[in-house]
Amino acid sequence: MATVLDKPPLPPTTDRPLDAALFQRPRSTHGWVSWLTTIDHKRIGTLYGVTALTFFIIGGIEALLIRLQLAQPNGKILDANAYNQVFTMHGTTMIFLVVMPLSAAFANYLIPIQIGAPDVAFPRLNAFSYWTFLAGGLFLYSSIFLGGMPNGGWFGYAPNTSITYSPGHNIDFWVMGLLITGVASTVGAANLVVTCLNMRAPGMNLMRMPVFTWMSLVAQLLTLFAMPVITVALFLLMFDRNFGSHFFDPSAGGDPVLWQNLFWLFGHPEVYILILPAFGIVSEILPVFSRKPIFGYPVMVFSGIAIGFMGWGVWIHHMFSVGLGPVAVSAFSISTMLIAVPTGVKIFNWVATMWKGSLRFTSAMLFAIGLVSQFTVGGLSGVTHGVASHDRQQTDTYYVVAHFHYVLFGGSIFALFGGIYYWYPKVFGQLLDDRLGKLHFWLFFVGFNLTFFPFHILGIVGMPRRIYTYPTGTGWDTYNLLSTIGSFIIALGVLVFMYNIRRTDSRFKKYKLTVDADPWDGRTLEWSVPSPTPAYNFAEVPTVKYQDDWWHRKYTVDDAGRLLPRPEIDEVRARANDGLKPGQHPHFPSPSFYPIVAAFCFPIAGYGLVYGRASGYNYVITGIGMSLLLVTLVAWGMEPSVAPPEDDAPAVHEEQPVLVGAGAGSAPGLGAAPDGGQPALTSGGGAPPPGDSGGGGGGSS
Amino acid sequence: MTSRRPLRPGRRLALMVVSLVVLATACEGTAQNTMAPHGHFSSITYSLIWKVFIVAVVVFVLVEGLLVYEIIRFRAKSADDRPVQIHGSTKLEITWAIIPALILLVVGAATVGQLFQLDREQPNPVRIDVVGHQWWWEYRYHDPQDNSKIDVVTANEMHIPVGRNIRLTLKSVDVIHNFWAPKLAGKIYAIPGRDNKLYVKADDPAVYYGECAEFCGLSHANMRLRVVAEPQADFDTWRQRQSVTVVPQLPDKTTQSAASAGAQAFLQKGCSGCHTVSGYSAGNVGPNLSGFNSRSCFAGCIFANNDQNLRLWLRDPPGEKPGSKMPNLKLTEQDITNLTAYLRTLGDASTRPSNIGPAGS
Repeated sequence: MATVLDKPPLPPTTDRPLDAALFQRPRSTHGWVSWLTTIDHKRIGTLYGVTALTFFIIGGIEALLIRLQLAQPNGKILDANAYNQVFTMHGTTMIFLVVMPLSAAFANYLIPIQIGAPDVAFPRLNAFSYWTFLAGGLFLYSSIFLGGMPNGGWFGYAPNTSITYSPGHNIDFWVMGLLITGVASTVGAANLVVTCLNMRAPGMNLMRMPVFTWMSLVAQLLTLFAMPVITVALFLLMFDRNFGSHFFDPSAGGDPVLWQNLFWLFGHPEVYILILPAFGIVSEILPVFSRKPIFGYPVMVFSGIAIGFMGWGVWIHHMFSVGLGPVAVSAFSISTMLIAVPTGVKIFNWVATMWKGSLRFTSAMLFAIGLVSQFTVGGLSGVTHGVASHDRQQTDTYYVVAHFHYVLFGGSIFALFGGIYYWYPKVFGQLLDDRLGKLHFWLFFVGFNLTFFPFHILGIVGMPRRIYTYPTGTGWDTYNLLSTIGSFIIALGVLVFMYNIRRTDSRFKKYKLTVDADPWDGRTLEWSVPSPTPAYNFAEVPTVKYQDDWWHRKYTVDDAGRLLPRPEIDEVRARANDGLKPGQHPHFPSPSFYPIVAAFCFPIAGYGLVYGRASGYNYVITGIGMSLLLVTLVAWGMEPSVAPPEDDAPAVHEEQPVLVGAGAGSAPGLGAAPDGGQPALTSGGGAPPPGDSGGGGGGSS
Repeated sequence: MTSRRPLRPGRRLALMVVSLVVLATACEGTAQNTMAPHGHFSSITYSLIWKVFIVAVVVFVLVEGLLVYEIIRFRAKSADDRPVQIHGSTKLEITWAIIPALILLVVGAATVGQLFQLDREQPNPVRIDVVGHQWWWEYRYHDPQDNSKIDVVTANEMHIPVGRNIRLTLKSVDVIHNFWAPKLAGKIYAIPGRDNKLYVKADDPAVYYGECAEFCGLSHANMRLRVVAEPQADFDTWRQRQSVTVVPQLPDKTTQSAASAGAQAFLQKGCSGCHTVSGYSAGNVGPNLSGFNSRSCFAGCIFANNDQNLRLWLRDPPGEKPGSKMPNLKLTEQDITNLTAYLRTLGDASTRPSNIGPAGS
């Protein structure tokens, strides 16, 4: 476990003592190699984010193809085979390669800083988890060059996915790809759970943890227990396909419904894995831009935990049409109704958080309000699914598609983009342009509702899901066309977002702009460290006295309970921008080759299994992959977890840029400011390049 | 409840709210509209869901209204605003946990009641086995006199008597399918290795449209169906003519030369290996064709049953319905003409449902 070591300062040296590692440890902190070997949770979080957004573009293009095909009856853009691949990969991508890793990006980057830790509990494991996720994603998409992408739906119902009905390798890629990304999720979850429980700064007790960290903790606990379930299901399916077992084959006594039970026993907690971090993000953004604490912190935390528990007891509501009998269906109908209660409490608490606040409508705030307003729709349609008797009309129709897009796009994606706007300055040291951000929001808001609201109607008037075509005269044409138009408005929003990143970057570089540590007048600890976060996170381990500790260092309340700035507020704010002072020797991350090497052993083994049916010799490839993994893990084990002290020694603190009048006393970030809402900017030389959070400790030996 | 009473004023008003959703579609001819039930069992669940919709709309208006109010009312006036720091209110939070919980329990109780109601066996039903195939539906009617016997086997288009309870037993020979005729009832899976039960009862003589709702492979979109509800007398006539004991007469060589050649081609080209024609062939891969000409649609109901479509289909089945088990037999135009003529001799076109339109039109 990484700890803050009180190392004696050593002079830079070129004579490295031998250590136990087999190979010399990577030492670079700049350049692309440093990105491959980094174990810094912030860089890994950034990698997660960039990768997930890339997959978001891919999944989005798939969505546009789907919408083009369905824009009118008898569409000719895709044939049945291509359509089935595209809709399968759209779902698989958005869930496993976009929303989960994007949430992981935030969790990785923020949890340690929010709880006052120097890094996650197992930094190398963290890198391993990222690279395994990437390896799994690339493996899945390599199928496009190897006979076709998976085509059994993201839910892969047996026996349609059996060897009899899906003889190609499409499903094999799906099974192995998800198994690999499952390793990434499980390992990452274990790491973050231990981080939350063991790495908190003094005074940061559980009921002072920021809501985002709390919701991520619950989501990671869910991941930790849900991934094994789908892993088991995928193993059984792989054995059915490759080794002649009959778990899901009714003709040999197997049961296709077993697959559904296993899949949804994973699949429903998965829904909460996707939405809880988004709830957490919104619970961070709303208080900051309302200048009020979150309404009912304990209730927000416990409702999240309640959702986490109850999320395990509702999976049958995906299976109300299976014919499980009225007793089972009744029980799950009631539990589905009840899980709406903690969710509803959250919505009302968010509304109450804004009540009588001082609302600043920055891009982040707009996206957060977007979640509250749209998730409400998804939540209410969710309750109508709970009416199990009528759900037999709704299930497998576009009404369901509308429901979960309101939850996962109107909810998760909106919150995640809100989070990007909110934490972008902390991560990259640049403030995204607020006018473009708002344009992005409005394009998303209009495009999203235009795309997905008509789905409710389409479902009600009988359009089933997963059909690649429909005839004329169904009455579905207009809604489908509207939806297709909406999807392109969303795509336009994504383009605006990408342009915003480019424009912001060139603007900041051109004018040498930097960002204050606390551009939004934030509440939690990440705003008490410079932007971008230095490699060591905290120069000194913070001691926490309050929930929203950073806020309490800046503000108190008067007798009437109104907000009151502390006299020392300007000084406190200015100090947040300070770099390392002489005598401070915080923990620095120690790079390693092993995580990335270990991760890419999995696809090797995976290809062997995919092609094992073609020839038993291909299992040799699996053996090679697994042996390589074993060797790598042994070497990994022999490498000390922390690099020898001299690796950190040449931290040249004098190069730390000094911010001029940074944020001190200035009005932090009124989003509607005429200059495009760039609050608390100071121009001054020497800002670290964006995306390179190693600025402070970056001196190379 | 009994079927189809005129709407009470309150319910009519409520419907108008919901109809924001459905209104525009009503004029577009929506044969699969779940909000326009025409059957006893679809009406049962509809009677609950529209009330739930009203509650949902009220909650929606409440939440969005509050948000809009806040956005207008609490916009920051200055960067130094000093709002009162409210940390929460146990009383309020308990209120907005308890009230929804109570509403939901009421809805939940009503739902449970319906679930048991829908599960109940109904008296004196017509028993039909519905068998899902990739990608078409097979219907096997149990003999009313002897339940263990099947007396009618047909495909894609199911005939039922109006106002009678129909007990469908859902089965599948391959993957999971989902039988759905929205105006008659909710959907239930057809799962290989399991028998599922679904009751339907049609209110009016009409053709009810539906389709397979669970993804079942390549041509999932091409697995549609029709339910023809007709007066008992018409149904009895249909049933009699469809009976497995009725053997279609072989076409006469001289007066029906094309059809007669088609009958030969039916054997020579291999059609008989997959299709049953009573007294002539016994294939069991594709639909039973004994009553082919009495059906208004074929090939998973993606085609209206006319000569033009039939020729299109025979020319290249997998081209029309991707993945179709019926191969492209490279038939000559002459073969196609002959086979079409032959198929027209199978079954009685007078029992086709052409004289009844889709329900609700």
